[in-house]
Amino acid sequence: MRPDTGRVAMTGNEPGALAMKQVRPDVVAGYPITPQTELMQQFAQYVADGESETELILVESEHSAMSAVIGASATGVRAMTATSANGLALMWEMLYIAAGYRLPISTMLVSRSLGGPINIHCDHSDAMGMRDTGWIMLFAETAQEAYDNGIMATRIAEHDQVRLPVMTVQDGFITSHTTQVLSILTDEQVSEFVGIYRPKKSLSNFDQPMTYGAIVLPDFYMDVKRQQAEAMDNSPRFVEQVADEYAELTGRRHEALESYRLDDAQVALVVLGSAAGTAKDAIDIMRERAIAVGLLKVRMFRPFPRVEVAEALSRTRAICVLDRSLAMGAPMGPLAADVAASLVTGRRAPPLYNAVYGLGGRDITIADFEGVIEEAAEVAQTGAPKATVRYVGLRGNEE
Amino acid sequence: MTVERQHAIQPYAPAVQREIHKAGEWHWEDRWRDLPAGGTVPQGGTSENYVTGGWRSDKPIFDAVTCTHCLLCWVFCPDSAIDLDDGKVTGVAYDHCKGCGICAYECPKQDAMVMAPDTQELPQ
Repeated sequence: MRPDTGRVAMTGNEPGALAMKQVRPDVVAGYPITPQTELMQQFAQYVADGESETELILVESEHSAMSAVIGASATGVRAMTATSANGLALMWEMLYIAAGYRLPISTMLVSRSLGGPINIHCDHSDAMGMRDTGWIMLFAETAQEAYDNGIMATRIAEHDQVRLPVMTVQDGFITSHTTQVLSILTDEQVSEFVGIYRPKKSLSNFDQPMTYGAIVLPDFYMDVKRQQAEAMDNSPRFVEQVADEYAELTGRRHEALESYRLDDAQVALVVLGSAAGTAKDAIDIMRERAIAVGLLKVRMFRPFPRVEVAEALSRTRAICVLDRSLAMGAPMGPLAADVAASLVTGRRAPPLYNAVYGLGGRDITIADFEGVIEEAAEVAQTGAPKATVRYVGLRGNEE
Repeated sequence: MTVERQHAIQPYAPAVQREIHKAGEWHWEDRWRDLPAGGTVPQGGTSENYVTGGWRSDKPIFDAVTCTHCLLCWVFCPDSAIDLDDGKVTGVAYDHCKGCGICAYECPKQDAMVMAPDTQELPQ
């Protein structure tokens, strides 16, 4: 069942694997974890069938997977991996190393709750655990976006002015295991788009020996980290360049933020990932009922486009930021806190509150979103949210 | 916030710094933006400039009379701190020897390399 180019029906994991094959990484390290397993299994099939010349290393843990791609990347080759949930958690310390060494690794995350209690379904608690590690993070609403991000990630990471690892995120099961129709490119098109990776410096350039991983003490460490922060802060313009070129190739333009009926909106929702699709349907319904509501979908979560977020939301009268994860003990969930911080450093900060939804794969329906929008519309009238953090779709009443 | 800071910790002596300047792409006085990315060291052979002998509490003492020049100490030394001349051991590079004692442990003669407190004077 080999997909031909053009329009195909695939589950989200399949275009993930296809993108991984088409960017032609030199090294991939794989370790199974639900719901990412199918992605790596499909990629391993490409290798076994001789469709991919990638050196596929089946490692003994996710910590080893990330370590293996860090080692490979330092030698100057293109290296990738994929994971979910606890697998990402096990990679955690190595995520900092990959970013701190400025290695252009791209990785696919199929988002799943971290538990406990154990749960294999979607939420963003895994992704949020890595938000400060120094990776660029791109969230996908659809299988199409997961595919497109998977291809663009390589170009972004390897851009000479960026050199930061990139995590592309799709929602576990909701996107990874449901069939959607999407457009795909040919192997040749992708190959030409991503090009051949030729780093200026690497461990295997014997004409110019160098060291990765030397200890950096207080006399230099802070300066090196400041440099890394600057690379992160400067990356959006290069992400945009890559998005422009990708749009020329495919006709699909992926911005850092996507606005939906937001121009005249009094009420704004902010969301990451697959729930954006459901939100758009609910917004259409509520617009029919004369509620001026719009959506801001955050595609690029790191670096957080704070100026653009503030600009997009500053004219509204109420903002409900939806988080598919908890930040236990924090004032708000991770996305809400970032939006709030962006607004207070902007011109105007409308009333904002946080709605937590979809933990451990709990469905969020159009009806749920209608309730969210009704409540947010009330806040637009009163200017006072009922609580800083609301919970959507609990068993019984929230109180 | 711009502060002209004299960093307290400078592991290289000024003369060594000048040598690094000549060989490398970056300079000690560089601002944060101009340092090599990712804390990498963009040239080879720099460990020679980094003096680690001060970490030592014990030191090996070499006895040229009993040494058979089997070179096991040279093979095992993790810091390449055994000096050779024309295939013969001539002594220990104390600028880099961290005093781990592996040379003395591996020495088949046992008394060609002997550990002693670092305060003990070397035989003349």
